[in-house]
Amino acid sequence: MSHQVSPFRIFWERAGMLVVFAVLFTVCAVAVPGFRSGANMEGLLLSVSTIGIIACTMLFCLASGAFDLSVGSVVACVGVVTAVVTNRTDSVALGIGAGLGVGALVGLVNGVLIAKAGINALIATLATMQIVRGLGYLVSDGRAVGVVREEFFTLGNSSLLGLPTPVWICLGCFVLFGFLIERTTFGRNTLALGGNAEAARLAGISVDRLKITIFTLQGLLSAVAGIVLASRMTSGQPTVAQGLELDVISACVLGGVSLNGGIGKISYVVAGVLIMGTVRNAMNLLNVPTFYQYIASGLILLAAVGFDRLKQRGAGR
Amino acid sequence: MATQLVFDTIGKEFPGVRALDGVSFSAQGGAVHALMGENGAGKSTLLKILSGAYTPTAGALVIDGQRHVFTHTADAIAAGVAVIYQELHLVAEMSVAENLFLGHLPARGGVVDRGQLRTDALSALAWVGEEIDPGTKVGHLPIAQRQLVEIAKALTHGARVIAFDEPTSSLSSREVERLFAVIRDLKARGHVILYVTHRMDEVFAICDAVTVLRDGRHIRTFDAMTDLTVDDIIRSMVGRDLTNVFNYTPRPHGSAGLEIVAFTGSGLSAPISLTVQQGEILGIFGLVGAGRSELLRLIYGAEARAGGILKITGQPLALNTPREAIAAGLVFCPEDRKRDGIVPVRPIHENINISARRHHAHGGFVINGRWERANAAKHIAALSVKTPSADTPIINLSGGNQQKVILARWLSEDIKVIMLDEPTRGIDVGAKSEIYAIIQQLAARGVAVLFVSSELPEVLGLADRVLVMRGGALSGEFNRSDATEERVLKAALP
Repeated sequence: MSHQVSPFRIFWERAGMLVVFAVLFTVCAVAVPGFRSGANMEGLLLSVSTIGIIACTMLFCLASGAFDLSVGSVVACVGVVTAVVTNRTDSVALGIGAGLGVGALVGLVNGVLIAKAGINALIATLATMQIVRGLGYLVSDGRAVGVVREEFFTLGNSSLLGLPTPVWICLGCFVLFGFLIERTTFGRNTLALGGNAEAARLAGISVDRLKITIFTLQGLLSAVAGIVLASRMTSGQPTVAQGLELDVISACVLGGVSLNGGIGKISYVVAGVLIMGTVRNAMNLLNVPTFYQYIASGLILLAAVGFDRLKQRGAGR
Repeated sequence: MATQLVFDTIGKEFPGVRALDGVSFSAQGGAVHALMGENGAGKSTLLKILSGAYTPTAGALVIDGQRHVFTHTADAIAAGVAVIYQELHLVAEMSVAENLFLGHLPARGGVVDRGQLRTDALSALAWVGEEIDPGTKVGHLPIAQRQLVEIAKALTHGARVIAFDEPTSSLSSREVERLFAVIRDLKARGHVILYVTHRMDEVFAICDAVTVLRDGRHIRTFDAMTDLTVDDIIRSMVGRDLTNVFNYTPRPHGSAGLEIVAFTGSGLSAPISLTVQQGEILGIFGLVGAGRSELLRLIYGAEARAGGILKITGQPLALNTPREAIAAGLVFCPEDRKRDGIVPVRPIHENINISARRHHAHGGFVINGRWERANAAKHIAALSVKTPSADTPIINLSGGNQQKVILARWLSEDIKVIMLDEPTRGIDVGAKSEIYAIIQQLAARGVAVLFVSSELPEVLGLADRVLVMRGGALSGEFNRSDATEERVLKAALP
């Protein structure tokens, strides 16, 4: 009544980081040689698809006030399990099923440790991150496991309407989890849980069950990413995706998902993932040495978080 | 020379609430000055101003003729003021000696001088006549000794004004005697001692003067204890015009809405049974720590109860979680809205729909956006929640409007019983009367209302019947016509 929220502010809150991405993209298209080429665009999208898939459920973890450090290890372990089971049973379906099952199981264990045993998310998922990484090495005997059945490779290496299949899978996840967080009781309860767990409990939300569901989904989607990655590489490799968990969390936070819980939208995740991918892609094209790329990634994350704090302070008035 | 402390027209305003209004009185050194008043009278705020935790919005403290407005706790310590709170501010994992000199440990070239520390600690402990090994971890000491360590710590800072906030609440009677001996010693040295308490016996045992606050105002200072009676003090603590704020109208009562039998659990010292009729407003009065909030949380299933039977409109129910309670039509507005009630960063409409949405979602899963918008708009209008939009984060609202949103959350459900813990805490008078009106409308609809308050006028003004709790058990029951301030307060005081 005293004042209306300006349409600009609403737009900014919903899509501010997408605008930042658009500007960044335009600048790169103009200034970075080779950026605009079709091959590079395809490579860019393919390179962010793994992070993008996992970021969908990391959005839920972060929105609920937690996070999951085990996702990188799950990607590696699931890739290996899928490869081994596919080779042993000579069935791609069984291999993928086993991979998904392992991912969901790790997620379930994380969820139970956090919700029922009351272990904090940092410790619980740090522990499973190491355990699962170790299991990946054990199952594969420490080596890359090549998949024999060739139809397994189509998942990661085929295209549809000019876009690689992994990119379609990633897009599908964005749509599905965007719908889940915006339009379902599951998504809204997740945000309420992250915004104030005790208030959520007293309002009748089954907090424990919700946490377990979120972490199980996180494990499941990490498995999806792991299977797609193994398919792209035509093998399950126990060493892949080291540090992936931090990339995923960085991308989410970069896009504006709050580490404190309670704030998050799929558009934030899309923006964060794309900004991160674009910057890396541009740096590669410009032949920026890897050492500098690390420094740049860190600085961009700091800048994004600082920017977000500024925005929050503005909104708090 | 005896110190003198003057509160000179101290005022403190929070957004929408005037916690203190022109409080002026003086406390002489060499005397113990009791500070009394109901919960919410402004004692805690005044202590926080004294300790530098709050900066007053008006007025100043005058210590020995020098005016001070503390903006930081360090200012208060530098000016020789120490406040000993109920929860002691010591580091449990560090030794007594380290705690005594925390922040100014004796050191040589940055290295702590252990020998000097021990010597200094022993002499500091001697001030409170205590024989404690300075090397003991504070966490290993009983509460009473920790309190003495805290006093010694204040003295090492050169404190001349020492305020105690309910210092005996967790002491045995022997420990109380020990504390009183130390306080008498401090008094003999000419320090100003402020003593906040609810216990009348202690006031008459140790205090030399009494100041009473009410509603953030200074009501009266009794400079001598001779001829002073308990009733004189209670009369100053209570007494106020209630009629306009409450607009109380009697309602017909139906059959039992909420019935509990022999409830036991943590925070309760004896089994509690009570019944609230449909359409009845039952108020529970008691001092902070009397077990009232604990009782409500047990009924709601927010804490697991040890035993007892619960019936809603005559139906026995085995409720173990808030979710089950809500499904049975029993809802709860918690005392600490920010901690337990609101989801601060989320918009108002989500805070309203957080519970009821599950009954309206398609398949219990896909949000019914149209219903949610309409429901939020309906309640925002009906309860006149003052907000620019339903999308505003609830944290941006005043306390009164936040409480209306919580009420809207429960009005969206089909409720039979509503429990409210301190329904108007931190809410200004205007919004208070709106909340009272909403509560009475609910009762008029046949809802059984059970509320808890430490504000006596609120209990007397709103309730059809008053229960009093003390030390985790029921200690009195009064019908509205018999419930006078004096009677109810007497039943609540230890």
